[in-house]
Amino acid sequence: MDLSSINPVLLIASIMLSATPILLAAIGEMVVEKSGVLNLGVEGMMITGAVVGFAIAVNTGSPGLGFVAAAMASAVLSLSFGILTQVLLANQVATGLGLTLVGLGLSALIGTPYVGLKSPSVPKVEIPLLSDIPVLGPMLFSHDLMVYFSLFLVAAVWAVLKFTRIGLILRAVGESHDAAHALGYKVVRVRMAAIFFGGACAGLGGAYLGLARVLQWTEGMTAGAGWIALAIVVFASWRPWRVLIGAYLFGGVSVLQLNLQAADVAVPVALLSMSPYLITILVLIIISARGAHGAPASLGRIFHASG
Amino acid sequence: MIRLERRPSPSALWTAITPLIAVLLTMLVGGTMFAVLGKPPVQAIAAIFWDPIFGDFAFYYRGQLLVKAGPLILIAIGLSIGFRAGIWNIGAEGQYIMGAICGAAAGLAMYPSESVLIFPLMILCGALGGLAWAMVPAILKVRFGTNEILVSLMLVYVAETILASVSSGLLRNPEGMGFPGSRNFQQWDAAHNTELIAGTGMHWGVAASFIAVIFAYVMLSRHIQGFNIRLAGAAPRAAALAGVSWSRVILLCLGFSGALAGLAGLFEVTGPAGQISIDFNSGYGFTAIIVAFLGRLNPFGIVLAGLLMALTYVGGEIAQLNLQLPGAAIQLFQGMLLFFLLATDVFTNYRFRVGGAA
Repeated sequence: MDLSSINPVLLIASIMLSATPILLAAIGEMVVEKSGVLNLGVEGMMITGAVVGFAIAVNTGSPGLGFVAAAMASAVLSLSFGILTQVLLANQVATGLGLTLVGLGLSALIGTPYVGLKSPSVPKVEIPLLSDIPVLGPMLFSHDLMVYFSLFLVAAVWAVLKFTRIGLILRAVGESHDAAHALGYKVVRVRMAAIFFGGACAGLGGAYLGLARVLQWTEGMTAGAGWIALAIVVFASWRPWRVLIGAYLFGGVSVLQLNLQAADVAVPVALLSMSPYLITILVLIIISARGAHGAPASLGRIFHASG
Repeated sequence: MIRLERRPSPSALWTAITPLIAVLLTMLVGGTMFAVLGKPPVQAIAAIFWDPIFGDFAFYYRGQLLVKAGPLILIAIGLSIGFRAGIWNIGAEGQYIMGAICGAAAGLAMYPSESVLIFPLMILCGALGGLAWAMVPAILKVRFGTNEILVSLMLVYVAETILASVSSGLLRNPEGMGFPGSRNFQQWDAAHNTELIAGTGMHWGVAASFIAVIFAYVMLSRHIQGFNIRLAGAAPRAAALAGVSWSRVILLCLGFSGALAGLAGLFEVTGPAGQISIDFNSGYGFTAIIVAFLGRLNPFGIVLAGLLMALTYVGGEIAQLNLQLPGAAIQLFQGMLLFFLLATDVFTNYRFRVGGAA
């Protein structure tokens, strides 16, 4: 056992790296749930984003285009969920599961020719001055653009939900769609927009997984990241900054267990590799036991205007 | 202006025909997808839906139908009961794996005995393994109100890790030259899940699935527990006022589906799969979700849906072999089937009306 081989600077930096995909997906899903829609298809949208982002980046040589394409592809895919649940009034749980199954199949189909290829690397952005600070610089200020973007997105979602009219309407629709409808807000349109946004975020998260973390495409590579994003939204009690904390906590656990595996700690490898999932369950228990949920009141309920 | 008007009760006609419409739509869109992939669409669809039953090698493929349908039906029956109550066990894949591991471990502990009691013991342990794995989300939901969807799903990944660990560790074949994977049950008569009627694919798991279908039908339509489950799903507040114990419904639904999924895993590992290996599970736990919905959560519907889904598995293999259709295309094909079913379901619960406001 050699714990001294774990470098704290690299550890924090890799925690940020591993938390980013889940953070992106989770903040998107939080917005969807705030509008009163439970989209269980995050995993399917993430993996679709992962494969589309990877394919476009490999073909064009530009990771940036890969991210854009991934966001678009997953957002379009999420619209199928939107049409089913908002227009055709299908059960959200079943449709979300269906979306995951469709996404897994679709991604495996698209990805077949890309197995074994290596992605172009995402350039790191060294923030001037700040990245020169010893220890803190390489730890916090020399990441790729998506890490900063994900943090910006959390702040943006928080500000929009808290301070703007759009945020107020979104929350109203999520709390009571009947009241929002009576006030003349377009419930279905607001929800479709939220679903679209959530899809784009999940796509970005998936693409980040393929382009910045794993650097290649393998079938089923999201390995439950989308489901963990869903758990983080519950953990966060539907609050943006807590989503950030949850994602980084989870990133911390998954990086730490990899480091412990590498350091030959006297804990079975199997136990370490299942620890992220076990800890997610543990966190869910603690949150549920505490009682205060804060879930939007209309979450998962079908809205039908004529009653 | 087209409006949707809620039907007072779901239309029986549409309930029955929406699965057929969904299959037709899937064939249409799937065929288009195959054409885009550069494969002849009509041949591909025929390979999936026709060749396994009437094609040149149908004598072999027909047996495969029951082999694939057995576990799908067994798992879907359990899931459907929970879905009726609004309890979403989507971790059947994990319960399936744990049932297989527990049952196989109980058997392997007795190796090389040829006692007739070994196979029944393995069946019991398989069911208990799946039951135990499903009790985790059930008890957490009862005790803390934890979301069973997320917990049961997380446990799938935990089960997969355990599977990887035991197949190269605890349960590895000591005479297997160091290769991962347990002893082969097909070569050990006392533990082999044999074909009951040669050439039909009928094994103990298929028999168990038919028993489960009848049991589920009787429970849902003739027994008070079945009524309580349906009531809890359709009108939770009415159920609570009528004195239905929500905790008991949760434990019953998750326990039942877990035990059936565990059984399916045990029958698979001692029969068609033959051994515990890192990838013996073929995603039946997830496909069974589609089967449950496609069968309208009705036991007899699930039998038909299970056979249909088995057809796409077997036909998918034929299409892979003859037309070099990628295996993932079939997975997508199955996902689309669920999507189209959910989309057409709007006709079951709503009427389309053309014209102004009511």
